Amino acid sequence: MLFQRYRRGLFITAFLAAPVTLYLVYVISPYIQAFYIATTDWRGVSATPSFIGFENFTRLFSDGIFWKAVRHNAALLVLLPLLTIVIALFFAFLLNVGGGSGGREGVRGSKLYRVIFFFPQVLAVAVVAVLFQQVFRPDGSGMLNGPLMALGIEPIGFLSNPGVAFWSVLGVMVWQAVGFYVVLFSAGLASIPRDMFEAAQIDGAGRGSLFFRITLPLLWDTVQVAWVYLGILALDVFAIVWVMTDQHGGPDFSTTVMAAEIYRNAFSYFRFGYASALGVVMFFFTVGFAIISLRLSRRERIEY
Amino acid sequence: MTNTPQNITRRQLLRGAALVPVAGALAACATPASKAPASSSAAPVATSAANPFGVAADKPLEVWIFDGGFGTAYAKDIHQPLFKAKYPKAQIKIESTKEITKVLQPRFAGGNPPDVIDNSGANAMDFGALAQDGQLQDLAPLLDAPSWDDPNVKVRDLLDPAVVEIGTYDGKFAVLGYVNYIFGVWYSQKVFRDNGWQVPKTWDEFLKLCETIKKSGKMAPFTYAGKFPQYLYEPLLTMAAKIGGPEVLVNIDNLEDGAWTAEPMKQSAAAWAEIGAKYLMEGTAGLDHVQTQTAQNKYKVAMLPAGSWLENEQKTTTPADFEYGMFPLPDFTGSDKMPYGTLHTSPGENFIVPAKGANPQAGMEYLRAMLSKKAAGDFSELVRTVSVVKGAGEGRQLSPGAASASKAVTAAGANTVTYRWQTWYGQLKDEAIAATGELMTGGLTPDKYLERLQKKADEIKGDSSIKKFKR
Repeated sequence: MLFQRYRRGLFITAFLAAPVTLYLVYVISPYIQAFYIATTDWRGVSATPSFIGFENFTRLFSDGIFWKAVRHNAALLVLLPLLTIVIALFFAFLLNVGGGSGGREGVRGSKLYRVIFFFPQVLAVAVVAVLFQQVFRPDGSGMLNGPLMALGIEPIGFLSNPGVAFWSVLGVMVWQAVGFYVVLFSAGLASIPRDMFEAAQIDGAGRGSLFFRITLPLLWDTVQVAWVYLGILALDVFAIVWVMTDQHGGPDFSTTVMAAEIYRNAFSYFRFGYASALGVVMFFFTVGFAIISLRLSRRERIEY
Repeated sequence: MTNTPQNITRRQLLRGAALVPVAGALAACATPASKAPASSSAAPVATSAANPFGVAADKPLEVWIFDGGFGTAYAKDIHQPLFKAKYPKAQIKIESTKEITKVLQPRFAGGNPPDVIDNSGANAMDFGALAQDGQLQDLAPLLDAPSWDDPNVKVRDLLDPAVVEIGTYDGKFAVLGYVNYIFGVWYSQKVFRDNGWQVPKTWDEFLKLCETIKKSGKMAPFTYAGKFPQYLYEPLLTMAAKIGGPEVLVNIDNLEDGAWTAEPMKQSAAAWAEIGAKYLMEGTAGLDHVQTQTAQNKYKVAMLPAGSWLENEQKTTTPADFEYGMFPLPDFTGSDKMPYGTLHTSPGENFIVPAKGANPQAGMEYLRAMLSKKAAGDFSELVRTVSVVKGAGEGRQLSPGAASASKAVTAAGANTVTYRWQTWYGQLKDEAIAATGELMTGGLTPDKYLERLQKKADEIKGDSSIKKFKR
């Protein structure tokens, strides 16, 4: 009896030892060390960083650029999920339910569209960023400005005008994310029983009521999942901003985000201690978001 | 008695996890372990006139080159053979990277940096941080050592004096700039000749020239690397120094109160803002240095501010008869403190010898070899640029741009200015980049622009965590 218990424990330990060790060494331990580095003045090259308590954190409160970055992350946190989910739901509905008379058919060519929508997801973020640098070029070679200029309209500084650049970044992020959520929502739609749509149609529901009365309530769980995923994407956005925008988060810091400021402080100003403090703050923002979203999503499921 | 997983409670699972050796986690540290520094500063062998640093003949040497505009061939084909000829028994390893920081910062933190580093490029390591931590070898012995070619001439006497000034951190000469960067306004000599345009001597002439070019409809008058506005604050600052004297820039470097908002700065900022409003090539703000420089090569724009690396950088897109030329900033008023021809020159391509490396003696010896007439001359010819070694370009075949820049340097004589705040205070540089872009696109008035930079400079001055420098 005792041996059996022991053997089972050993069995589990044998399987867990490797992954848990790796996790501790490469995930948990750096996290803890970041908290320690945040309380030092380490500049990355010294062997003996000195402890300075909470000085980095007090400095951070008057760092205008960091708070600008936080505001951009907050704006993304609201806008990115909203736009992506609305567009993805619309497309998913059209591709699966919205077509013509049948009610369970997508619009014509929906299979092809489904593949096309997923394309951006397949591209690496860096590729997307470089691609859009060309798309947004301010001269006649730009994919957007070329036609505008041919029509005699002033070219738009998509990435060079500080008032426009943030929206360009948001646009690219939505463009890249939509495809995945179309697929996610399509899967969700497929699990809704067909008779519900048929019953609703017999009762005379049009496309609008089908969407708002049947599709949306029954997809609510999936939408919440999407919201959390996109929220996390909005909080840790880095590569798109760093690669695509002028001056890494510019012009004039108009597109910078928390992760970009952490990188800038660590690897261009060599203030690793301060950068770690920013990282700690970002950690708490992320944990805070996770807690809030878990609380809000505690809602009764519709059983069917 | 079952063995199904349901029987494993969470408690058991956690207990199992606790058995996992935790020691491994502690061994993997992002922070450095403080190790007793290797005491390599003492010379391993006796010094002599031929071997002034006491280089051990068989100790290996590790060199890292920034793989940028100049490539790495100059290190492998010019410098390495020279060193190897003198120390045939020493293993010499030349490595290169575009990402100096990513590759070498961990080595500093780990206490085993290489022996020579060309710390250059956009991803160079911060000199202030290195100096603050005592990571830079004092290169004063190099300055006082006899030169490679002639034991009666000291290395110090071969160098442009700016090299020592710029390379000094905390009163210690620690950074050797190898290339003499010369800044000015670059144009095509052919285009100017064909159109009868004259190099402007005064700001009024410059504005008139811009107007003439604009009206001609042949090309845009002026552009700069809009994505990197540091290309534009360079002439702005140089012109301010020309108007008000070199102390304008010294005050800015020293973070003096009101240094940015001084009168010469206001005049210069207003002048360049006018260029930004009237004479820029369309789309300038969104183009980078390669795109604008290529536009010039395609005769779409007449002039742009840049440094003497330009010709080499553009060699693949420049038409054969383009004939690069460079002119210094025109006189702004009749009473500028500095005469016509004043230039901004700055040693670049920065070589350092890490103090805690394994073989700093050989590191310094390698730099001494680089400063020989042959090495510097071959280098100038290979990468079409001007080195800091006096007279190394004599009798060599220079390209039109390099010749034009060399001529300007000779004409300027002692009237050269420079500034260092951008390497000392990275935060101020980023703020200046952001604000200069705004100035040129009309988002900031010249006064607001300077106020904003003054505010940032004051902020840095008041921040005790940022190391301060003086010149």
